[in-house]
Amino acid sequence: MTHVGYLIAGWGITMGTLAFYAVRLVRRGRELSGRVPDAHRRWLEDQGSDDA
Amino acid sequence: MAEEPTITASTRDTTGSRGSRLLGVATLVGLAVLGVLAFVLTDPDVRIHPSTGDEFGQFDAVRMLYVHVPLAAMTYLAYGLCAVASLGVLIRRTPWWDVTAHAAAEVGTVFCGLVLVTGSIWGRPVWNTWWEWGDVRLMTTLVLFLMFAGYLALRRTTGDPRTVSRRAAVVALIAVLDLPLVNRSVEWWENRTLHQQSTLGELKIEDLTLFTLMLGFLVLGMVLAWLLLHRFRVGWLERAALDHSVAAAIAERRGETPDEELRRAVGDSPAAREGFDENDRDGDPEAGRP
Amino acid sequence: MSVLRTVLGDIRLVAARDLRIEVRSRVVLDQVLPFAVLVLVLFGFALDADHRTLRTFAPGLFWVTVLLSALLAIGRSASLDATDGTGTSLRMSGLSPVARYLGRTVAVLVQLLVLEVVLVGGIVVLYGVSVDDWLLLVVAGVVAGVAVAAAGTLYGALASGLGARETLLPILVLPVLAPVLIGATRAFDDALGVAAVDGWAWTGLLAVAALVLTVVGASAHGALVED
Repeated sequence: MTHVGYLIAGWGITMGTLAFYAVRLVRRGRELSGRVPDAHRRWLEDQGSDDA
Repeated sequence: MAEEPTITASTRDTTGSRGSRLLGVATLVGLAVLGVLAFVLTDPDVRIHPSTGDEFGQFDAVRMLYVHVPLAAMTYLAYGLCAVASLGVLIRRTPWWDVTAHAAAEVGTVFCGLVLVTGSIWGRPVWNTWWEWGDVRLMTTLVLFLMFAGYLALRRTTGDPRTVSRRAAVVALIAVLDLPLVNRSVEWWENRTLHQQSTLGELKIEDLTLFTLMLGFLVLGMVLAWLLLHRFRVGWLERAALDHSVAAAIAERRGETPDEELRRAVGDSPAAREGFDENDRDGDPEAGRP
Repeated sequence: MSVLRTVLGDIRLVAARDLRIEVRSRVVLDQVLPFAVLVLVLFGFALDADHRTLRTFAPGLFWVTVLLSALLAIGRSASLDATDGTGTSLRMSGLSPVARYLGRTVAVLVQLLVLEVVLVGGIVVLYGVSVDDWLLLVVAGVVAGVAVAAAGTLYGALASGLGARETLLPILVLPVLAPVLIGATRAFDDALGVAAVDGWAWTGLLAVAALVLTVVGASAHGALVED
């Protein structure tokens, strides 16, 4: 295979950046979720029903 | 190859939902399939010159395009969404549009940066240069990237959130309106476009090549959707956290204030009442004055 | 008809006010103009004072200098209303946002044109260029000036009142002005006889840019200032 270095760099940077960004989003989401009542998170399927 | 994280469902404190987890898993599978197709199953771009019989083409560098071209398409999709949402901000003025516009701009800029990087890395072996000034799409994309870098900088400034959201909406709309002008001017500027001739146009598109490219559009589209979804939810939570903390602070302050002090603050104390006589009940402020 | 006359009158009122402030404070005259000439001299130093190099790149250097100086003039124009509640009193005055925007744009344009005249003198004297086509030079200079003033005034208003206004303005407005820089440089290439291009076609593109930016600016300004 030719251009292996270029290919590793291009695909690697792309996947690495996307993964890094995704992890950051999830972390930030978790941190914020703890500070906000469930009612603000409409995407929770069982909204507020298992509080007990 | 780095992968996106799967979200553990162990805690309720996430921006994940059943749908987004499903999408996340499907995206990871899609990326794996795309990787196999792009690196193993498809052939390199090797052509034989009709008269000299020499081999030429992009060889294995063509494998970069399976990620570069879909990334570019998704960049434009994200920025388009940002423009539509910005219009929504100006017309409807609801937080939903605002959070959507911000999410689309941020994810779009991540994609746009990757388009420039992968394009540059691809251009080095194929065009023999990291950067081609005369290429219209390259220059247009760079200007677009810079415009949205400004947009995100504006988003990060301190100011009344409503003011910032309206101004950001105007910036996004102008960026999109300005784009045809940028494109046209660069096209005239250097009357050559490497892109159209030497990438997809000349590429011998076989069935599997085309299929891999289409799968690239689909999978990167799923990545975009997943990121947008989570970025939207983070933005939504940021707003909610701000509102919630303000409400909590007000409630806390209220708890600290004795009732008597509060009544005095609104002029409802015995001392204040002594200054008025019965006539004042009519609501004439001058009535009780000596 | 009378509505149009009222709007035109209001535009003149606002433009005259801004220019009067400039005449009295002389910020652009005393600070921005010398800065612009300084940039021309610095380019001379950077490019080794070679007359042929300078002549070849004079159009580009000219317009980069105009843009950099315009940033200062725009920042100054946007800051006029940031103090002493003048912005609020203007808002309360009953002048329409469109008239205020266009008036301010005209004032910035007048200052830019003065700047351009001085800089043309600068490149003739310092870089040794000769003008082939005066008409093209003047028309392209004015049209590009309109585009820069229109975008600059809008972005000046956009960035005002936010944290880090001075640093925000350049990164917001310069990418938008990229096509204007390209077009104006090419038109001047033709007017100064540096390169064989169709300067009038480029001026047409500049006119489209000026029109788009002015219309967008006038319609967006209302959405910006009412908050």
